[in-house]
Amino acid sequence: MAIHKYDVVIVGAGGAGMRAALESGQRARTAVLTKLYPTRSHTGAAQGGMCAALANVEDDNWEWHTFDTIKGGDYLVDQDAAEVMCKEAIDAVLDLEKMGLPFNRTPQGRIDQRRFGGHTRNHGEAAVRRSCYAADRTGHMILQTLYQNCIKQGIEFYDEWYVLDVLLDEGRAVGVVAYELATGEIHTFHAKSIVFATGGFGKVFKTTSNAHTLTGDGMAIAYRAGLPLEDMEFYQFHPTGLAGLGVLLTEGARGEGGILRNAGGERFMERYAPTIKDLAPRDMVARAMVQEVREGRGAGPDKDYVYLDLTHLPAEQVESKLPDITEFSRTYLGVDPITELVPVFPTAHYAMGGVPTDVETRVLANNADVVPGLYAAGEVACVSVHGANRLGTNSLLDINVFGRRAGIAAAEYANEVDHAPLPESPEQRTRDMLENLLTGDGSEQVWQIRKEMQETMDMNAQVYRTETTLKQALTDVEQLKERFRNVSVQDKGSRYNTDLLETVELGFLLDLAEVLVVSALARKESRGGHAREDYQVRDDVNFMRHTMAFAETDADGRDFIRLDYKPVSVTRYEPMERKY
Amino acid sequence: MATATATAIPEAAAPQSFDVTLRIRRFDPDDSDTHFWQEFTVSVYPTDRILDCLHKIKWEQDGTLTFRRSCGHGICGSDAMRINGKNRLACKTLVKDLKTKKAITVEPIKGLEVEKDLIVDMEPFMAAYRKIKPFLITDDIEPTRERVQTAEERAAFDDTTKCILCAACTTSCPVFWTDEQYFGPAAIVNAHRFIFDSRDSAAGQRLQILNQDEGAWRCRTTFNCTDACPRGIEVTTAIQQVKRAMMYGLEDAE
Repeated sequence: MAIHKYDVVIVGAGGAGMRAALESGQRARTAVLTKLYPTRSHTGAAQGGMCAALANVEDDNWEWHTFDTIKGGDYLVDQDAAEVMCKEAIDAVLDLEKMGLPFNRTPQGRIDQRRFGGHTRNHGEAAVRRSCYAADRTGHMILQTLYQNCIKQGIEFYDEWYVLDVLLDEGRAVGVVAYELATGEIHTFHAKSIVFATGGFGKVFKTTSNAHTLTGDGMAIAYRAGLPLEDMEFYQFHPTGLAGLGVLLTEGARGEGGILRNAGGERFMERYAPTIKDLAPRDMVARAMVQEVREGRGAGPDKDYVYLDLTHLPAEQVESKLPDITEFSRTYLGVDPITELVPVFPTAHYAMGGVPTDVETRVLANNADVVPGLYAAGEVACVSVHGANRLGTNSLLDINVFGRRAGIAAAEYANEVDHAPLPESPEQRTRDMLENLLTGDGSEQVWQIRKEMQETMDMNAQVYRTETTLKQALTDVEQLKERFRNVSVQDKGSRYNTDLLETVELGFLLDLAEVLVVSALARKESRGGHAREDYQVRDDVNFMRHTMAFAETDADGRDFIRLDYKPVSVTRYEPMERKY
Repeated sequence: MATATATAIPEAAAPQSFDVTLRIRRFDPDDSDTHFWQEFTVSVYPTDRILDCLHKIKWEQDGTLTFRRSCGHGICGSDAMRINGKNRLACKTLVKDLKTKKAITVEPIKGLEVEKDLIVDMEPFMAAYRKIKPFLITDDIEPTRERVQTAEERAAFDDTTKCILCAACTTSCPVFWTDEQYFGPAAIVNAHRFIFDSRDSAAGQRLQILNQDEGAWRCRTTFNCTDACPRGIEVTTAIQQVKRAMMYGLEDAE
């Protein structure tokens, strides 16, 4: 058994993890544990930009950005947190530029900005140019820039090390257990503070923009350790996934003037959001698209998608501002966006929920207490700055603002305290789990269970939900969890055993799918990304509150999910009807 | 009959699945030291990616088949491999674009040590990248707001900012195959990204590093790298610009 001792251990090397490492590394002895090489992280797939009220091209201020974020999140956003994020957004963008990020430029040589869904001038008057971008590769540039600066600072990375457990001692986080992919060895990392920055769990769905590796590891590890998960029913479906594939086409395409059309060629968003039309927030656009298809106005042989139309834009603009999505469309669908309509349909994209934190990124054990030494930032966390629906670009902003905050907070805490003792046999739980999987000779196969989970989630817990569909999803997921006990791993080896890790990841996904569905069943209203056909209006009296889901065991030893609720933090914005 | 054909619609256009065989280079370090070829046949659609084929094999036939992958659409750079003799990303290569009459061959990228099946040791590649100081270095007084850069200045290094560090270029280079001390195309591409960035002040340092024995002069302009780049970077052109900057200075390099 090898034990590594650090002040701060950061889990995950996407945008949030590396932004945290840049701060923590200056203040305390820091290690970053990451299951992928840092530049493989899914931050790199983000395209359209990062909003900040720089006002480089037109009037703007952070208060308008805050309002848009809160309204976009259908008033489930914690307003103090949104203020922090939108205020710090400006420095977050400028910091990245100073680190070398190659933003697109205005004719004056300043950072250029473009329109994005739900971002408006003066509380909804009209779309505003707020998104700072680098073509449609903003996430790629952020990921590369942060990694480059980690190299500059000499940050210590453990590449392809999978964290599988968090160690808690009397409620304080004291370390993590990690599996080294190259050797199959298990290591304990003893730390004063730990930052979770492990990303989302899009792979619970079949059609998703998410990477194969987005399996909610950090959320599931925290949940299994007895910590709550907040607002898991709020999952974002991005309107413009390549039809049938789910590959993301940025909202920046509509920011540049792209238009959604149904089979009849109608610009249908005019009916759903008369003021900002195609630039309405994602939840509204996704619902509108599904509605068009349901009412028979879908395109294609099965009438099951709509079109993204860029053909009226100058070819030069499409090639220079949207080069990657143009290529994706050509490569994967054989469709040239410059001359042809691109088939699109909503794709599972982003978890608004996750591990609850306060604005200092400290992880919450319940509505009142934090877990000393444990921090979370990025998609794994729920601060909550996105509420019931995240606005486009606010995720790249979130990882930079709260990644930075997490790095500072974790290092400062580490510099105030001593290492707390590790629990006895810290690796036992992990060893037992892996041993069970490796020695099991059950008949169930990982891919089969994963496929069935993804199919039921797409069918029953996607853009629209009802009591009936959610109950079906719950029954299916519970049965799949039962079958998962009987799963077998074919690769019994110790080196690069990705077969074993895919199995572990499926276990995480099944837990999270169940939490999503149980949380969704209990929320009998429609708000943001959670649209219940049987409860179509927002119910602020009963449901303007965050869901907190806990894994518990009853007196008979049966596992169940206990739901609690947490009030929304309101500063200056009273809920109002959400019209665009 | 003719009428029936004329009115028969979309059904005929629906894609049909068919069988393809993949011939995959295997190596299991736990089991033996021998590398061997193994064939698998899978049912695919023309628009399936090679990554889809590999997943089908791993999931339905042989769980021990091992390869790296993440995003699945050509952005993360995990799954560079040698497919029908050419370096490509498995997730960006569609079955319909390959000759499938014979088996599709899939091998690890060349010039880096194979760890297991299609996984190679990336460390020498990353070490070369780190050596060229792949980060912005400035010596001016930091402004309060952003540094000003014109659109033209920004365009000078746009192409090389696209690099995803997949190693397809470096491991397609015959010079790198025979001499792993050579920095390789990817490191030079990333040096280019900073050398031609108007905000950077360390071009001299990087040019000095690349002016060494194992630097840019080892490039023999075979253009393999440019062909291999899944991001469409004009790799050979970038290397030539770096060479010209070493000869004539930055101003006359482009």
